[in-house]
Order: sequence, then C-alpha cells, then structure tokens
Amino acid sequence: MNVLIVGVGGQGTLLASRVLGQYAILRGQDCKLSEVHGMSQRGGSVVTHVRIGDKIHSPVIWEGGADVVLAFEALEALRVKHYLKSDGALLVNDEEILPMPCITGAAVYPENIKDTLKAAVKRTHFIKAQEMALAAGSEKATNVVMLGALCKILSFDYALMREAVVKSVPPKFMELNVKAFDIGFNAVNL
Amino acid sequence: MKDLMLTNKAIARGAYEAGVAVLSAYPGTPSTEIAENFAKLDGVYAEWAPNDKVAVEVALGAAVAGARSMACMKHVGLNVAADPLFTAAYTGVNAGFVLVVADDPGMHSSQNEQDSRYYAKSAHVPMLEPANAAEAKEFVKLAYELSEQFDVPVFLRETTRVAHSHGLVELEERIEKPLKNYVKDASKYVMMPANAIRRHVTVEARDNALQEYVNTMPINRAEYTNENELGIVCSGAVYEYVKEALPNANVFKIGTIHPIPVSAICEFSKHVKELYVVEELEPFVEDTLKANGIACKGKELFGLQGELSVRKIAEKFGVMAGAVVEPEKVPARPPVMCAGCPHRGVFYVLNKLKLTVNGDIGCYTLGAVPPLSSVDTCVCMGASVGMAHGFKKATKGESRNVAVIGDSTFLHSGVTGLINAVYNRSGITLIILDNSTTGMTGHQQHPATGKDLQGNPAPVVLLDELCKACGVKDLHIVDAYDVKAVEKAVKEATASEEVSVIIAQRACALLDKTKQPVVTVENCKNCGVCMRLGCPAIRKGANGIEIDPLQCRGCNVCVQVCPFGSIKKA
Repeated sequence: MNVLIVGVGGQGTLLASRVLGQYAILRGQDCKLSEVHGMSQRGGSVVTHVRIGDKIHSPVIWEGGADVVLAFEALEALRVKHYLKSDGALLVNDEEILPMPCITGAAVYPENIKDTLKAAVKRTHFIKAQEMALAAGSEKATNVVMLGALCKILSFDYALMREAVVKSVPPKFMELNVKAFDIGFNAVNL
Repeated sequence: MKDLMLTNKAIARGAYEAGVAVLSAYPGTPSTEIAENFAKLDGVYAEWAPNDKVAVEVALGAAVAGARSMACMKHVGLNVAADPLFTAAYTGVNAGFVLVVADDPGMHSSQNEQDSRYYAKSAHVPMLEPANAAEAKEFVKLAYELSEQFDVPVFLRETTRVAHSHGLVELEERIEKPLKNYVKDASKYVMMPANAIRRHVTVEARDNALQEYVNTMPINRAEYTNENELGIVCSGAVYEYVKEALPNANVFKIGTIHPIPVSAICEFSKHVKELYVVEELEPFVEDTLKANGIACKGKELFGLQGELSVRKIAEKFGVMAGAVVEPEKVPARPPVMCAGCPHRGVFYVLNKLKLTVNGDIGCYTLGAVPPLSSVDTCVCMGASVGMAHGFKKATKGESRNVAVIGDSTFLHSGVTGLINAVYNRSGITLIILDNSTTGMTGHQQHPATGKDLQGNPAPVVLLDELCKACGVKDLHIVDAYDVKAVEKAVKEATASEEVSVIIAQRACALLDKTKQPVVTVENCKNCGVCMRLGCPAIRKGANGIEIDPLQCRGCNVCVQVCPFGSIKKA
C-alpha cells in the first residue's frame, strides 16, 4: 500500500503519515515513511511518502506507484497526479491556497481543478475537510478528517485506524480527533 | 515491539546504545535531528557548537580524553570541519569517534550537490553507509568498534532520503563505556612535522590493513538471485531502490563506502554476466572498481545530477511496467518567507535604496525569490561578509552593496569576515538579521539566544558587544518591523566610510504562536506597493488587496509601506 500525502508546509501532513505508520505497526506490517524537512517547509509544496507491506525497500514512492494520493490542497493534488497507479484513488481536501507566483500574478492558479482531476482519475473524492474539522472542534484536526475518509476509501480496518489516531495525538485532543476521524469516515460514499 | 523511527533518531539511539558520552553538532538539513534526539536521552552530554569545525574538535578532544564521541553535520559543514578531520586521521582517537555527514543529492535544502565520499578517501578515514533506519543504528555501533580497533575517526554517511525516512527499529540497551585512560603521547597527539611524518607511515599502514579487513565484513555482502545474470553494485538508499526495481538482479551491497571492498566485489563480478554500479552523484565506486581492473558500467546510464529513484533505475534496465504519465504543468509553489517574517521589511528597504545585496545561508536566502528579488549573491555560511568586502575592494569603495546575515550564521563564520573588514578598512555595511534562533533548520538555539541545546538557560554572547570588540564603531540597533528606522539606519551606514553594523532585531514569527491582532484594509487604491513585499497573507482581490486573517501576524510592515494609508494597523 503506497500512500502519497501532499500539501502546503504547515498543513499537518506529517501527523497524517505518523498515524498511517502507527496503523502499520498495529497490523504487524513493515512500514517506511519519507519526508523532506528544511527549506521546503516554508510554505512550499510538501510531499510525504508512506509505504506499508510485508517487506518494504524503497522509502520513496515512484511515478505511477501510488495506490492513493491524500492531498490537503487542490493544486498539490494536480501536481502529483502522475504518481497514481492507473487504478489509484485520489482524496482531496477541497481547499485552494495560492502559491506566491499566483499571488504576484506571475502565474495563474488553474481553474476547474476538480473537473480536471475527476476526468483523469475515476476514484476521485473531494471533501471539505477543513469545515468538517471546525465542526469537530478545531481546524487543526483537518488531517484527521482526511484520515477518516481515507480509511473508508481504502477499506482499512476502522477500529485499528481509530486506535492509530488515538495513539498518535496528545491525550487532551483525543476526543476531538476521534470525532474528526468519524466525521471524515462518514463523509465519503463509495 | 519495534519503533517506527526517523533514521536520524536511530543514529542518535545507536550512539546512545554504543555508550557515546559526548556529542557536538551544528544544525544543518538533513542532519539536525541527530543531535536533537540524542540530547533527550539520559546520562549523555550534547551541545550545539557555533560551527561544524568546532563540533569536530570537541568530539576529537572527548575521544582523545577517553570518551566515545560523535559530531554531526551536513555535507557543506564538512568543508568547514575538514581542517581538524584531516589531521585527526593522523592522531587517531583513543576512544571511538564517529563523524556523521549528511549529503543532499537533489539539493532539497542545500546550495550544492557535493559528494562527501571523496573526503573519506582523501582524509584516510573509513566511511560506512547505511540504507535505512535499522541499519543506521547497527552501523553506528559498528563504526565505534572499527574506530577503536583501528584507532581512527570513522564516517557515517547518509543522504537525505535515508536521513529523513522512517523505518522499524528494534531498541536495545545502552552499554556503558567507562572513560578510557588518556596517556600523554606527544608523538601521537602533537602534530608537528617531525611527529606527523612518522604518523603518516601509520596512516598508510592502517589504510592497507583496512583495505584487507573490509572484504571480510558482513556489511559488505553479495546477494545472489540468478548467477551469471545482471549484477549491480550499490549502497545506501540506492540499494533499496535497486531491490525494489530489479528484484531478480544479483546485488553487491556495499556497507563500507571507504575503503571499498574491492576483492569481494571482484569475486562477485566473476559470478555475474554484466556488472553495473548504480550510485548517486559522482562515479566514486565506479572509478575505484575500474582503477582496480574490474570492468563495469555506471554513469553512462545514470549521470551525475540529482537523486535516483525506483522508476529511473527500472526504466534504464527496461523493466518498468505501465506507461509513463507526464506530470501536469502547474504553477510552482516555492518556499516563501512566512507572514510576519522580520526579514521582509529589511529587504523591502534594500530594494527601495537599490542596493546590491551579498546574502548568506538561512531563511533570508528567500530574499532572492520574487517579488523581493533582493539578494545578489549566496554562496556559503558567512560568505556575505567576505564577499561584500571583496566588492568594496574591487570597486575602490564605490560599490553600493551591503552584507546580510542571520544571527546564527554570523556566529558560525560571519564574525571572521567582519574582523577582516575592520582590519582591512573596507567600510562595508553588515546587516545582522537577528531573529533569535537558527530559523531554516527548525529553530535551534545558538550562543546568542541564551539557551542551550536542551533549552536550559545559558550564557549569552551579545552581538553588539561582539561587533564592538571586533572594532566596529558605527553600530545601529533597530526593530526589524520598523521600516522607517531600518531605512534610516541603512542610509547612514552606507554613507559612512567605516565599517558599519546594523543589528535588525525581532524574533522569528514562528516562535510566538499566540494569535496577534491582524491588519485590515479600507479603500485600497490597488497601487501594488504592498504586493512587492511578497507576504503570503496579502493577495489581490476583486476590489484591491485582501488580507488573509488566518495568516496575518500583525507585523504592520505593509501598513508602513502603503502610500495611501489604506492598510490599517493591527
């Protein structure tokens, strides 16, 4: 299972990868994560690779190798679309964050990303994860809403994923995150 | 139970389990988390050194005194630390000393793509290269055994994809290493010509012994799948890519990248049809094999640039399944200075005054990207000061340039450039962007923050007093958010004939997480001046600019640059 998590620096993509890693440990499987720190975190594109299986070698997913892309921002989903396998799934947080070239007018933010992605990838799901997280109590739980939806899409073990979330967040935010997880889980209809 | 662990944390854990007592490092992506994680473990000493050279000297001192020690740095840090390293190879170590160096193929967060493996060869220091987190922990322990067995510093080399990947790691107990006896021995530890000449003989003998020994080490191993078919020689992250891309290939996995186990690889080559070396960056392994008469191919397939990947390797050997989907052409999302970044207003002023800017290494390097596009040069840690001096000397003082450097970088290696500028009378203007932290690498302490690596109170190096002690007489201290004050200081400093230093103070906007009041907009005239700040909280709307209240930090720099008073103070 190869999950590519993409977003913009500061969106909480790292926690999402930790939860998936925890899920792999709970299942007794091998797991590797790969991320890049430093310069790219300053509001740039952020990519995290999660690989779960019986024996994992490369920590990095290759173009055409992702079972699912978990995108916290629409443009970032479009940027890595070619990483998906032909039957891969795409889960996108329905949010647009302008990159600096679009803010300054040097580039134009693509229109109708949703349509483009839906036309290209059959299993595309857009959810308003940020709104759902706010409804759960805090927009900081956006990543956990996304994980709830991912759990549904990939038919992951619901109880184990929930446990992985509980083990990965500070105890005082547990209730909020479990709520966010369930909202995400129920937001997707397959 | 295994832990899913970042490789850098696994290196720290390996050092802990190996009984390492002293660690010294300077932050540098992708090596920073080693020291941070080691510092959290019980019963050890860890510190941030002001630069990589000092870190190596500290670790060498600790090792000679009898304690196992470690120094950590990124590849370019090793350039700074090369001086003690080359001679440490002559003195040897007493207790084990491991130097971790992190290369950055693909330059995720670096200014060049240098290959540290050549340092191992030219310094006569063995180098181990793990492929994943579990191996990293194991190799660290092995490195200490090797260091003490052969009385030599040992490198552990990693690349970004190893350093910043997580894998499952089994934790083991720490083995305490009592302080070894230090015995005075000038012929070994005082490297002046008469002694060093004799030590060089020892170094050569040790090289020869190591060259033999590595062929017997289990971390250098042949993995046969189909004898007399394709054979691949590789190490590190590339080994994992090869195993994924070419599951049917015979693989020789190198664990000691220096010395390369030439005899063992020669034997391997006899059992395969064709031999390929798959390696990132330079043809380090390939050249060594060829020099030893082992026929192989490598760089003619893969080139010198960037990272390799499973896909690249599979394509070159013609085994990639599935059609290649071309990436979409979409706008780039480069890293930017954060909303509320104290550097922004300073660069705005430098642009307004049309100054040439000799930049340096840190978040403020982002002053080079549009729309600020302020920085003219950026080379290495501390180079801003020396280069600004060079500009002045080349133009007989006529150039209108300033040097811009961060507080941590200034202490790392900018201060020597300042001493040079004072001593050799170039009259440069140096702006120290003092944000009270090492920003780009993720907020590490340094000698001017008042806290140590563990976050405990520490003596403070006062930047203004330090500059004065260097002979600077024209010193300005300003609030980096006060655009007028910054402009006034820059005008005065650049008009002055003598060396001027401006310390622009304001803590990194990411350090204070409390929500601040935000600026508001009324009657925007759409003039576009604030857009030149490149603030991610400001965007063009249908009726003038809009402020993103979630991002705005209320620094009020945009309020000060708006010519119509349309942006209201937070």
